[in-house]
Amino acid sequence: MTNKKVKVATVSLAGCFGCHMSFLDLDERLVELVEHVEFDRSPLTDIEHCSSDCDIGLIEGGVCNSENVHVLREFRKNCKILVAVGACAINGGLPAMRNHISLEDCLNEAYVSGVGVENPQIPNDVELPLLLDKVHPLHEVVKIDYFLPGCPPSADVFWKFLTDLLAGREPSLSYELVHFD
Amino acid sequence: MNKSIVIDGKNIPFEDGQTIMQAATAAGVYIPHLCHNPKFTPHGSCKLCTVKVNGRNCSACTFPAAEGQTITNITQELNDDREKITQMLFVEGNHFCPSCEKTGNCNLQAVAYHLGMTDNHFPHFFENREVDASHPDVMIDHNRCIFCTLCVRASQQEDGKNVFSISGRGIEKRLVVNSESGLLKDSDLDVNDCAAHICPTGAILIKRTGYKVPIGQRIYDHSHIDTITLAAEGASHDE
Repeated sequence: MTNKKVKVATVSLAGCFGCHMSFLDLDERLVELVEHVEFDRSPLTDIEHCSSDCDIGLIEGGVCNSENVHVLREFRKNCKILVAVGACAINGGLPAMRNHISLEDCLNEAYVSGVGVENPQIPNDVELPLLLDKVHPLHEVVKIDYFLPGCPPSADVFWKFLTDLLAGREPSLSYELVHFD
Repeated sequence: MNKSIVIDGKNIPFEDGQTIMQAATAAGVYIPHLCHNPKFTPHGSCKLCTVKVNGRNCSACTFPAAEGQTITNITQELNDDREKITQMLFVEGNHFCPSCEKTGNCNLQAVAYHLGMTDNHFPHFFENREVDASHPDVMIDHNRCIFCTLCVRASQQEDGKNVFSISGRGIEKRLVVNSESGLLKDSDLDVNDCAAHICPTGAILIKRTGYKVPIGQRIYDHSHIDTITLAAEGASHDE
């Protein structure tokens, strides 16, 4: 156990990659982190699918389309500990602000009747994942073990959370580290 | 001889007519709450101040203090209930803190911080609620209303007006404005009214003031709500 690195997978679903950028704000602490951690599926590695023995999955963003659902389920299946990272993962966040507008109206506004739209048509390529009727927080789709609030959570939040887990402690965030904004 | 109640093993003096909340606050004991403000008639609706009085759940803001009461306030069980209540408030409305002007100054958010809440647990309603930006100086974002009725009470009891009311019941409950059009601009609300400033969430906001204090330097960014509340409400009891 002592020599085996902890496998961490990360993904951004209906998010803005802001949480991943904040994670990279760990800066030089990343050097210390990779002594204990190996990145599996992640935009940082470009690995496309989770290994079956991931320890920690960090999920940014909520669930807005069919692909998000598949990816989230893949993470749940392969990660021992699944973490909702940031406001969108926890409550849908900014993308969920479309939830009180019908999907048809959203698509029409963006691709048909919106200001400055040329050659209006709703994208319908088979490669495109279908949008869900509503944007959902992660916990409405799979079991989530921990939540890191913030928009984004600061690098200190990631550091405290991961170092607690790596040390075998129950993660605990001080008052200063818990912000919903 | 002074009369006293016991809260979490501590003797708390009280005077006849005081509620448990009043006695506790005066003695520097924080009981979490959202719909209570010592200036106004207690409403007893948010249930965050639920304490166990001789083993029975009671709202501290409405329950009279009396001799012989042994009360528990800060326990795992009661705080777990409070967290669940707060989570229900978050999923019933649309509380997106990153896009809310009130963030950092919001009592709902601060209570959540205080209780260690990091998620909303329940499925979100994602209700469609209106925004009334008709008034020149004050706006209502119904997405964030928790029906505490503080604005209703402040308007009646402090401003001598009757600008707000709660209409409907249960899940249909809504904050309404007393004007022919139902819009805030046609009411007699003034920007200096207590009712315009009393909202514990970001539902009633003063226009053009939202970002005067930067995020990171706001009331609850570094201070717990118990300290802030006792400083503010303990003082107003002494008046």
